[in-house]
Amino acid sequence: MSTSGAELLRLVKSQIQEVDPAEVNELIGEGVTIVDVRGSEEFATGHLPGAKSIPRGHLEARIDSAAPDRTAELILYCQSGNRSAYAARTLQEDLGYERVRSMTGGITLWKDRGYEVEIPRALSAEQRERYSRHLLIPEIGAEGQQKLLDAKVLLLGAGGLGSPTALYLAAAGVGTLGIVDDDDVDLSNLQRQVIHSTQRVGIPKVDSAEESIHALNPDVNVVKYKTRVDASNIVEIIEGYDVVVDGVDNFPTRYLLNDASVRLRIPVVSASILGFDGQLSVFKPYDGPCYRCLFREPPPAELAPSCGANGVLGVLPGTMGLLQATEVVKLILGIGEPAIGRLLLYDALAATLTEVKVHRDPDCPICSRDPDEIADEELGVFPDYEAFCAAAG
Amino acid sequence: MATIKIPPVLRASVGGEKQVDASGEDVGAVLRDLASNHPATQEQLFSPDGQLNRYVNVYLNDEDVRVLDGLDTAVRDGDTLVILPAMAGG
Repeated sequence: MSTSGAELLRLVKSQIQEVDPAEVNELIGEGVTIVDVRGSEEFATGHLPGAKSIPRGHLEARIDSAAPDRTAELILYCQSGNRSAYAARTLQEDLGYERVRSMTGGITLWKDRGYEVEIPRALSAEQRERYSRHLLIPEIGAEGQQKLLDAKVLLLGAGGLGSPTALYLAAAGVGTLGIVDDDDVDLSNLQRQVIHSTQRVGIPKVDSAEESIHALNPDVNVVKYKTRVDASNIVEIIEGYDVVVDGVDNFPTRYLLNDASVRLRIPVVSASILGFDGQLSVFKPYDGPCYRCLFREPPPAELAPSCGANGVLGVLPGTMGLLQATEVVKLILGIGEPAIGRLLLYDALAATLTEVKVHRDPDCPICSRDPDEIADEELGVFPDYEAFCAAAG
Repeated sequence: MATIKIPPVLRASVGGEKQVDASGEDVGAVLRDLASNHPATQEQLFSPDGQLNRYVNVYLNDEDVRVLDGLDTAVRDGDTLVILPAMAGG
Protein backbone atom coordinates (compact mmCIF):
# COMPACT_ATOMS: atom_id res chain seq x y z
CA MET A 1 0.00 0.00 0.00
CA SER A 2 1.39 3.39 -0.97
CA THR A 3 2.10 6.10 1.57
CA SER A 4 0.01 9.29 1.55
CA GLY A 5 1.68 12.70 1.43
CA ALA A 6 0.57 13.46 4.97
CA GLU A 7 2.00 10.20 6.26
CA LEU A 8 5.30 10.79 4.49
CA LEU A 9 5.55 14.25 6.03
CA ARG A 10 4.95 12.83 9.51
CA LEU A 11 7.58 10.18 8.88
CA VAL A 12 10.11 12.73 7.67
CA LYS A 13 9.49 15.04 10.61
CA SER A 14 10.06 12.11 12.95
CA GLN A 15 13.49 11.56 11.39
CA ILE A 16 14.83 15.11 11.62
CA GLN A 17 15.40 17.74 14.27
CA GLU A 18 13.17 20.80 14.40
CA VAL A 19 13.81 24.15 16.03
CA ASP A 20 11.35 26.70 17.37
CA PRO A 21 11.41 30.25 15.90
CA ALA A 22 12.18 31.61 19.38
CA GLU A 23 15.51 29.76 19.42
CA VAL A 24 16.28 30.78 15.84
CA ASN A 25 15.63 34.41 16.80
CA GLU A 26 18.29 34.09 19.50
CA LEU A 27 20.74 32.70 16.94
CA ILE A 28 20.35 35.51 14.37
CA GLY A 29 23.68 37.27 13.96
CA GLU A 30 25.54 34.56 15.87
CA GLY A 31 27.16 33.08 12.80
CA VAL A 32 24.72 30.21 12.30
CA THR A 33 23.93 29.60 8.65
CA ILE A 34 20.23 30.02 7.90
CA VAL A 35 18.93 28.88 4.54
CA ASP A 36 15.58 29.79 3.01
CA VAL A 37 14.54 26.88 0.78
CA ARG A 38 11.51 28.59 -0.77
CA GLY A 39 11.43 29.81 -4.36
CA SER A 40 13.34 32.97 -5.20
CA GLU A 41 10.13 34.93 -5.69
CA GLU A 42 8.94 33.98 -2.20
CA PHE A 43 12.35 34.95 -0.81
CA ALA A 44 12.03 38.35 -2.48
CA THR A 45 8.84 39.09 -0.52
CA GLY A 46 10.77 38.94 2.76
CA HIS A 47 13.08 36.58 4.62
CA LEU A 48 14.81 36.03 7.95
CA PRO A 49 17.65 38.52 8.53
CA GLY A 50 20.86 37.26 6.93
CA ALA A 51 19.23 34.16 5.45
CA LYS A 52 20.65 32.72 2.26
CA SER A 53 18.32 31.73 -0.54
CA ILE A 54 18.62 28.22 -1.97
CA PRO A 55 15.37 27.03 -3.52
CA ARG A 56 14.74 23.41 -2.60
CA GLY A 57 15.06 22.29 -6.21
CA HIS A 58 18.67 23.55 -6.22
CA LEU A 59 19.51 22.42 -2.71
CA GLU A 60 21.90 19.56 -3.43
CA ALA A 61 23.74 21.54 -6.10
CA ARG A 62 24.24 24.74 -4.12
CA ILE A 63 24.37 23.87 -0.44
CA ASP A 64 28.14 23.33 -0.47
CA SER A 65 28.92 26.95 -1.21
CA ALA A 66 26.46 28.24 1.42
CA ALA A 67 27.41 25.69 4.11
CA PRO A 68 30.73 24.03 3.31
CA ASP A 69 31.22 22.61 6.81
CA ARG A 70 29.02 19.56 7.32
CA THR A 71 29.54 19.63 11.08
CA ALA A 72 28.46 23.26 11.51
CA GLU A 73 25.02 24.24 12.72
CA LEU A 74 22.55 24.80 9.88
CA ILE A 75 18.93 25.93 10.03
CA LEU A 76 16.48 25.56 7.14
CA TYR A 77 13.09 27.16 6.84
CA CYS A 78 10.31 27.61 4.30
CA GLN A 79 6.82 29.09 4.41
CA SER A 80 5.23 26.70 6.92
CA GLY A 81 7.89 24.17 7.89
CA ASN A 82 7.15 21.31 5.49
CA ARG A 83 9.47 21.87 2.52
CA SER A 84 12.30 22.62 4.94
CA ALA A 85 11.60 19.31 6.72
CA TYR A 86 12.11 17.39 3.48
CA ALA A 87 15.18 19.47 2.71
CA ALA A 88 16.63 18.80 6.17
CA ARG A 89 16.23 15.07 5.69
CA THR A 90 18.01 15.25 2.34
CA LEU A 91 20.93 17.15 3.82
CA GLN A 92 21.10 14.83 6.82
CA GLU A 93 20.63 11.47 5.08
CA ASP A 94 22.13 12.04 1.64
CA LEU A 95 24.77 14.72 2.18
CA GLY A 96 25.91 13.98 5.73
CA TYR A 97 25.06 17.29 7.44
CA GLU A 98 25.29 16.50 11.14
CA ARG A 99 23.54 19.47 12.76
CA VAL A 100 20.78 20.48 10.38
CA ARG A 101 17.41 21.54 11.77
CA SER A 102 14.15 22.69 10.22
CA MET A 103 12.33 25.69 11.70
CA THR A 104 8.86 24.80 12.98
CA GLY A 105 6.01 26.70 11.33
CA GLY A 106 8.27 28.40 8.77
CA ILE A 107 8.31 32.13 8.18
CA THR A 108 4.54 32.27 8.73
CA LEU A 109 4.93 31.40 12.42
CA TRP A 110 8.07 33.61 12.57
CA LYS A 111 6.01 36.60 11.41
CA ASP A 112 3.13 35.72 13.75
CA ARG A 113 5.57 35.93 16.64
CA GLY A 114 6.54 39.41 15.48
CA TYR A 115 10.19 38.70 14.71
CA GLU A 116 12.14 40.82 12.22
CA VAL A 117 11.73 40.20 8.50
CA GLU A 118 14.21 41.56 5.98
CA ILE A 119 12.67 42.67 2.72
CA PRO A 120 15.24 42.75 -0.08
CA ARG A 121 15.00 45.60 -2.51
CA ALA A 122 13.53 44.02 -5.56
CA LEU A 123 15.30 43.87 -8.88
CA SER A 124 13.08 44.73 -11.82
CA ALA A 125 12.00 41.96 -14.17
CA GLU A 126 14.49 43.26 -16.73
CA GLN A 127 17.29 43.29 -14.15
CA ARG A 128 16.45 39.74 -13.08
CA GLU A 129 16.87 38.67 -16.66
CA ARG A 130 19.95 40.77 -17.41
CA TYR A 131 21.79 39.59 -14.30
CA SER A 132 20.31 36.09 -14.21
CA ARG A 133 23.71 34.38 -14.45
CA HIS A 134 24.82 36.33 -11.38
CA LEU A 135 21.63 35.50 -9.52
CA LEU A 136 22.32 31.80 -10.06
CA ILE A 137 25.65 32.01 -8.23
CA PRO A 138 25.09 31.63 -4.48
CA GLU A 139 28.05 33.93 -3.68
CA ILE A 140 26.32 36.74 -5.59
CA GLY A 141 22.55 36.22 -5.79
CA ALA A 142 20.08 39.10 -5.60
CA GLU A 143 21.82 40.52 -2.54
CA GLY A 144 25.22 40.61 -4.25
CA GLN A 145 23.73 42.06 -7.41
CA GLN A 146 22.19 44.82 -5.32
CA LYS A 147 25.64 45.54 -3.86
CA LEU A 148 27.03 45.85 -7.39
CA LEU A 149 24.18 48.16 -8.40
CA ASP A 150 24.82 50.31 -5.32
CA ALA A 151 28.60 50.42 -5.88
CA LYS A 152 30.56 53.42 -7.11
CA VAL A 153 33.80 52.65 -8.91
CA LEU A 154 36.20 55.24 -10.31
CA LEU A 155 38.37 54.42 -13.31
CA LEU A 156 41.50 56.49 -13.54
CA GLY A 157 42.19 56.37 -17.25
CA ALA A 158 39.95 55.19 -20.09
CA GLY A 159 42.85 53.72 -22.01
CA GLY A 160 44.26 50.24 -22.40
CA LEU A 161 43.48 48.99 -18.89
CA GLY A 162 40.41 51.15 -18.35
CA SER A 163 38.66 49.98 -21.52
CA PRO A 164 38.05 46.33 -20.65
CA THR A 165 37.59 47.14 -16.96
CA ALA A 166 34.86 49.68 -17.71
CA LEU A 167 33.05 47.42 -20.16
CA TYR A 168 32.95 44.41 -17.88
CA LEU A 169 32.08 46.39 -14.75
CA ALA A 170 29.25 48.01 -16.70
CA ALA A 171 28.06 44.62 -17.91
CA ALA A 172 28.21 43.29 -14.34
CA GLY A 173 25.88 46.08 -13.26
CA VAL A 174 28.16 48.31 -11.20
CA GLY A 175 25.76 51.17 -10.65
CA THR A 176 28.08 54.17 -10.90
CA LEU A 177 31.24 54.32 -13.00
CA GLY A 178 33.34 57.47 -12.77
CA ILE A 179 35.82 57.91 -15.61
CA VAL A 180 38.76 60.29 -15.50
CA ASP A 181 40.59 60.96 -18.76
CA ASP A 182 41.77 64.11 -20.45
CA ASP A 183 42.53 62.62 -23.88
CA ASP A 184 40.67 62.30 -27.15
CA VAL A 185 40.41 58.99 -28.98
CA ASP A 186 43.32 58.45 -31.35
CA LEU A 187 43.59 55.90 -34.13
CA SER A 188 46.69 54.42 -32.46
CA ASN A 189 44.61 53.68 -29.33
CA LEU A 190 42.33 51.25 -31.11
CA GLN A 191 44.84 48.39 -31.21
CA ARG A 192 43.88 47.79 -27.53
CA GLN A 193 41.37 50.36 -26.23
CA VAL A 194 38.28 48.39 -27.11
CA ILE A 195 35.76 50.72 -25.46
CA HIS A 196 36.35 53.26 -28.26
CA SER A 197 35.66 52.89 -31.96
CA THR A 198 36.90 53.97 -35.36
CA GLN A 199 33.97 56.38 -35.84
CA ARG A 200 34.77 58.08 -32.55
CA VAL A 201 38.38 58.99 -33.30
CA GLY A 202 38.89 62.60 -32.25
CA ILE A 203 36.16 62.80 -29.61
CA PRO A 204 36.91 62.88 -25.88
CA LYS A 205 37.60 59.43 -24.42
CA VAL A 206 35.16 60.04 -21.56
CA ASP A 207 32.32 60.67 -24.06
CA SER A 208 33.30 57.69 -26.19
CA ALA A 209 33.47 55.43 -23.13
CA GLU A 210 30.08 56.66 -21.93
CA GLU A 211 28.52 55.79 -25.29
CA SER A 212 29.84 52.22 -25.20
CA ILE A 213 28.84 51.74 -21.57
CA HIS A 214 25.28 52.92 -22.14
CA ALA A 215 24.97 50.80 -25.28
CA LEU A 216 25.92 47.80 -23.18
CA ASN A 217 23.99 48.62 -20.01
CA PRO A 218 21.75 51.68 -19.61
CA ASP A 219 21.48 50.93 -15.85
CA VAL A 220 24.95 52.39 -15.30
CA ASN A 221 25.30 55.98 -14.20
CA VAL A 222 28.46 57.35 -15.87
CA VAL A 223 30.21 60.29 -14.22
CA LYS A 224 32.70 61.94 -16.57
CA TYR A 225 35.82 63.86 -15.56
CA LYS A 226 37.56 65.24 -18.64
CA THR A 227 40.59 66.38 -16.77
CA ARG A 228 44.02 65.32 -15.58
CA VAL A 229 44.18 64.48 -11.92
CA ASP A 230 46.64 66.52 -9.92
CA ALA A 231 47.21 67.38 -6.30
CA SER A 232 44.60 70.14 -6.46
CA ASN A 233 41.67 67.99 -7.60
CA ILE A 234 42.38 64.36 -6.69
CA VAL A 235 40.75 64.32 -3.26
CA GLU A 236 37.60 65.96 -4.60
CA ILE A 237 37.41 63.48 -7.50
CA ILE A 238 37.99 60.20 -5.66
CA GLU A 239 36.09 61.01 -2.47
CA GLY A 240 32.87 59.01 -2.20
CA TYR A 241 33.93 56.16 -4.46
CA ASP A 242 34.05 52.63 -3.06
CA VAL A 243 36.96 51.42 -5.19
CA VAL A 244 39.42 53.16 -7.53
CA VAL A 245 40.89 51.35 -10.53
CA ASP A 246 44.38 52.54 -11.35
CA GLY A 247 45.12 52.27 -15.04
CA VAL A 248 47.19 55.42 -15.46
CA ASP A 249 50.25 55.60 -17.64
CA ASN A 250 52.70 57.53 -15.48
CA PHE A 251 54.41 57.39 -12.10
CA PRO A 252 53.50 60.80 -10.65
CA THR A 253 49.79 60.04 -10.90
CA ARG A 254 50.29 56.57 -9.40
CA TYR A 255 52.02 58.04 -6.33
CA LEU A 256 49.49 60.85 -6.10
CA LEU A 257 46.57 58.41 -6.26
CA ASN A 258 48.21 56.23 -3.64
CA ASP A 259 48.65 59.04 -1.18
CA ALA A 260 45.13 60.40 -1.63
CA SER A 261 43.50 56.96 -1.47
CA VAL A 262 45.36 56.10 1.75
CA ARG A 263 44.18 59.35 3.28
CA LEU A 264 40.58 58.61 2.26
CA ARG A 265 40.91 54.86 2.98
CA ILE A 266 39.69 53.88 -0.49
CA PRO A 267 41.00 50.58 -1.88
CA VAL A 268 42.85 50.78 -5.20
CA VAL A 269 43.05 47.97 -7.73
CA SER A 270 46.27 48.71 -9.55
CA ALA A 271 47.77 47.25 -12.69
CA SER A 272 50.51 48.24 -15.08
CA ILE A 273 51.66 46.92 -18.42
CA LEU A 274 54.70 47.10 -20.64
CA GLY A 275 55.59 45.05 -23.66
CA PHE A 276 54.50 41.53 -22.84
CA ASP A 277 54.48 41.92 -19.04
CA GLY A 278 51.80 42.93 -16.57
CA GLN A 279 51.71 43.56 -12.82
CA LEU A 280 48.67 43.70 -10.55
CA SER A 281 48.01 44.27 -6.88
CA VAL A 282 45.22 45.48 -4.60
CA PHE A 283 46.16 48.24 -2.19
CA LYS A 284 43.65 48.37 0.65
CA PRO A 285 44.75 51.12 3.00
CA TYR A 286 45.71 49.91 6.47
CA ASP A 287 44.64 46.32 5.70
CA GLY A 288 47.68 45.78 3.53
CA PRO A 289 50.64 47.59 1.99
CA CYS A 290 50.26 50.71 -0.16
CA TYR A 291 51.96 51.51 -3.47
CA ARG A 292 54.78 53.31 -1.67
CA CYS A 293 55.39 50.24 0.52
CA LEU A 294 55.88 48.24 -2.67
CA PHE A 295 57.84 50.79 -4.69
CA ARG A 296 59.49 53.26 -2.35
CA GLU A 297 60.78 55.37 -5.20
CA PRO A 298 60.08 55.60 -8.89
CA PRO A 299 62.88 54.28 -11.05
CA PRO A 300 65.07 56.68 -13.00
CA ALA A 301 64.28 57.49 -16.60
CA GLU A 302 66.25 54.72 -18.25
CA LEU A 303 64.43 52.13 -16.16
CA ALA A 304 61.03 53.80 -16.47
CA PRO A 305 60.23 53.66 -20.15
CA SER A 306 56.59 54.54 -19.54
CA CYS A 307 57.25 58.24 -20.00
CA GLY A 308 57.97 57.92 -23.66
CA ALA A 309 56.06 56.05 -26.32
CA ASN A 310 56.59 52.38 -25.66
CA GLY A 311 55.04 49.38 -27.20
CA VAL A 312 52.57 47.01 -25.61
CA LEU A 313 50.98 43.84 -26.88
CA GLY A 314 47.40 44.85 -27.76
CA VAL A 315 45.70 42.03 -25.88
CA LEU A 316 47.79 42.46 -22.71
CA PRO A 317 45.74 45.34 -21.23
CA GLY A 318 42.69 43.16 -21.88
CA THR A 319 44.13 40.42 -19.69
CA MET A 320 45.31 42.75 -16.95
CA GLY A 321 42.24 45.01 -17.09
CA LEU A 322 39.95 42.05 -16.59
CA LEU A 323 42.01 40.80 -13.68
CA GLN A 324 41.44 44.28 -12.24
CA ALA A 325 37.70 44.11 -12.93
CA THR A 326 37.58 40.75 -11.17
CA GLU A 327 39.31 42.17 -8.09
CA VAL A 328 36.89 45.12 -8.07
CA VAL A 329 33.87 42.81 -8.12
CA LYS A 330 35.37 40.70 -5.31
CA LEU A 331 35.96 43.79 -3.17
CA ILE A 332 32.39 45.00 -3.70
CA LEU A 333 30.88 41.60 -2.91
CA GLY A 334 33.31 40.81 -0.10
CA ILE A 335 34.12 37.39 -1.51
CA GLY A 336 37.30 35.44 -2.22
CA GLU A 337 40.88 36.43 -1.52
CA PRO A 338 41.71 39.81 -3.04
CA ALA A 339 45.31 40.30 -4.18
CA ILE A 340 46.15 42.33 -1.05
CA GLY A 341 49.81 42.01 -0.04
CA ARG A 342 50.61 40.16 -3.23
CA LEU A 343 51.96 41.38 -6.56
CA LEU A 344 50.84 39.23 -9.47
CA LEU A 345 53.24 39.07 -12.38
CA TYR A 346 51.87 38.02 -15.75
CA ASP A 347 54.30 37.06 -18.50
CA ALA A 348 52.31 36.84 -21.73
CA LEU A 349 55.09 35.21 -23.76
CA ALA A 350 55.76 32.51 -21.19
CA ALA A 351 52.04 32.21 -20.33
CA THR A 352 52.84 32.28 -16.61
CA LEU A 353 51.23 34.05 -13.68
CA THR A 354 53.51 34.20 -10.65
CA GLU A 355 53.39 36.27 -7.51
CA VAL A 356 55.62 37.83 -4.91
CA LYS A 357 54.75 38.97 -1.40
CA VAL A 358 54.31 42.63 -0.57
CA HIS A 359 54.58 43.79 3.03
CA ARG A 360 53.55 46.95 4.79
CA ASP A 361 56.61 49.11 5.28
CA PRO A 362 56.74 50.21 8.94
CA ASP A 363 58.61 53.30 7.73
CA CYS A 364 56.26 54.06 4.83
CA PRO A 365 56.11 57.86 4.48
CA ILE A 366 52.35 57.65 3.91
CA CYS A 367 50.58 54.60 5.32
CA SER A 368 52.63 54.27 8.49
CA ARG A 369 50.82 57.40 9.66
CA ASP A 370 47.29 58.28 10.67
CA PRO A 371 45.29 59.31 7.58
CA ASP A 372 44.35 62.64 9.14
CA GLU A 373 48.04 63.52 9.44
CA ILE A 374 48.61 63.35 5.68
CA ALA A 375 48.56 66.98 4.54
CA ASP A 376 47.43 68.29 1.16
CA GLU A 377 50.91 69.42 0.22
CA GLU A 378 52.30 65.92 0.82
CA LEU A 379 50.06 64.24 -1.73
CA GLY A 380 52.05 62.80 -4.60
CA VAL A 381 55.38 64.28 -3.57
CA PHE A 382 57.77 62.93 -6.07
CA PRO A 383 61.45 63.63 -6.62
CA ASP A 384 62.59 65.35 -9.81
CA TYR A 385 59.97 63.84 -12.01
CA GLU A 386 59.85 66.48 -14.72
CA ALA A 387 63.59 66.12 -15.16
CA PHE A 388 63.56 62.41 -15.60
CA CYS A 389 60.53 62.42 -17.87
CA ALA A 390 62.32 64.90 -20.06
CA ALA A 391 65.39 62.67 -20.07
CA ALA A 392 63.27 59.68 -21.05
CA GLY A 393 61.76 61.56 -23.94
CA MET B 1 74.05 28.51 -8.56
CA ALA B 2 70.90 30.66 -8.47
CA THR B 3 68.61 31.76 -11.27
CA ILE B 4 67.94 35.46 -11.67
CA LYS B 5 64.79 36.58 -13.47
CA ILE B 6 65.52 39.69 -15.48
CA PRO B 7 62.74 42.29 -15.95
CA PRO B 8 62.08 43.63 -19.46
CA VAL B 9 63.82 46.95 -18.82
CA LEU B 10 67.09 45.20 -17.88
CA ARG B 11 67.13 42.55 -20.58
CA ALA B 12 69.11 44.68 -23.00
CA SER B 13 71.86 44.80 -20.38
CA VAL B 14 72.14 41.00 -20.26
CA GLY B 15 72.07 40.26 -23.98
CA GLY B 16 68.29 39.96 -24.16
CA GLU B 17 68.03 37.01 -21.77
CA LYS B 18 64.92 36.63 -19.58
CA GLN B 19 66.87 34.77 -16.93
CA VAL B 20 70.52 34.23 -16.18
CA ASP B 21 72.42 32.09 -13.70
CA ALA B 22 74.76 33.60 -11.13
CA SER B 23 76.53 32.28 -8.08
CA GLY B 24 77.18 33.55 -4.59
CA GLU B 25 76.60 32.80 -0.93
CA ASP B 26 74.12 35.58 -0.40
CA VAL B 27 71.86 37.92 -2.38
CA GLY B 28 74.53 40.63 -2.58
CA ALA B 29 77.15 38.22 -3.90
CA VAL B 30 74.78 36.77 -6.51
CA LEU B 31 73.84 40.24 -7.76
CA ARG B 32 77.50 41.32 -7.82
CA ASP B 33 78.26 38.20 -9.85
CA LEU B 34 75.53 39.27 -12.26
CA ALA B 35 76.99 42.77 -12.46
CA SER B 36 80.52 41.50 -13.09
CA ASN B 37 79.29 39.35 -15.99
CA HIS B 38 76.98 42.08 -17.27
CA PRO B 39 78.54 45.40 -16.27
CA ALA B 40 75.64 47.43 -17.66
CA THR B 41 73.51 46.18 -14.75
CA GLN B 42 75.89 47.54 -12.08
CA GLU B 43 74.53 51.08 -11.98
CA GLN B 44 70.95 49.93 -12.45
CA LEU B 45 71.10 47.69 -9.39
CA PHE B 46 73.56 49.33 -7.02
CA SER B 47 74.06 52.81 -5.69
CA PRO B 48 77.65 54.12 -5.53
CA ASP B 49 77.94 52.95 -1.90
CA GLY B 50 77.19 49.35 -2.90
CA GLN B 51 73.63 49.25 -1.56
CA LEU B 52 70.65 48.17 -3.64
CA ASN B 53 69.02 51.12 -5.32
CA ARG B 54 65.81 52.04 -3.52
CA TYR B 55 63.76 51.67 -6.69
CA VAL B 56 64.86 48.08 -7.26
CA ASN B 57 62.92 45.35 -5.50
CA VAL B 58 64.59 41.97 -5.18
CA TYR B 59 62.72 38.83 -4.16
CA LEU B 60 64.28 35.57 -3.07
CA ASN B 61 61.82 33.05 -4.41
CA ASP B 62 58.63 34.97 -3.58
CA GLU B 63 59.84 36.92 -0.53
CA ASP B 64 61.06 40.52 -0.52
CA VAL B 65 64.71 40.49 0.62
CA ARG B 66 64.04 43.69 2.59
CA VAL B 67 62.04 41.62 5.10
CA LEU B 68 64.78 38.96 5.13
CA ASP B 69 68.38 40.02 5.64
CA GLY B 70 68.65 42.29 2.60
CA LEU B 71 71.82 41.75 0.60
CA ASP B 72 73.10 39.42 3.36
CA THR B 73 70.23 36.95 2.86
CA ALA B 74 71.67 33.50 2.27
CA VAL B 75 71.08 31.97 -1.16
CA ARG B 76 70.97 28.23 -1.73
CA ASP B 77 71.50 26.25 -4.89
CA GLY B 78 68.42 26.32 -7.05
CA ASP B 79 66.94 29.49 -5.50
CA THR B 80 65.35 32.04 -7.78
CA LEU B 81 65.97 35.77 -7.48
CA VAL B 82 63.42 38.11 -9.05
CA ILE B 83 64.53 41.65 -9.87
CA LEU B 84 61.52 43.88 -10.12
CA PRO B 85 61.39 47.56 -10.98
CA ALA B 86 58.07 49.42 -10.95
CA MET B 87 56.22 49.77 -14.25
CA ALA B 88 53.73 52.55 -14.95
CA GLY B 89 52.21 51.70 -18.31
CA GLY B 90 48.46 51.76 -18.55
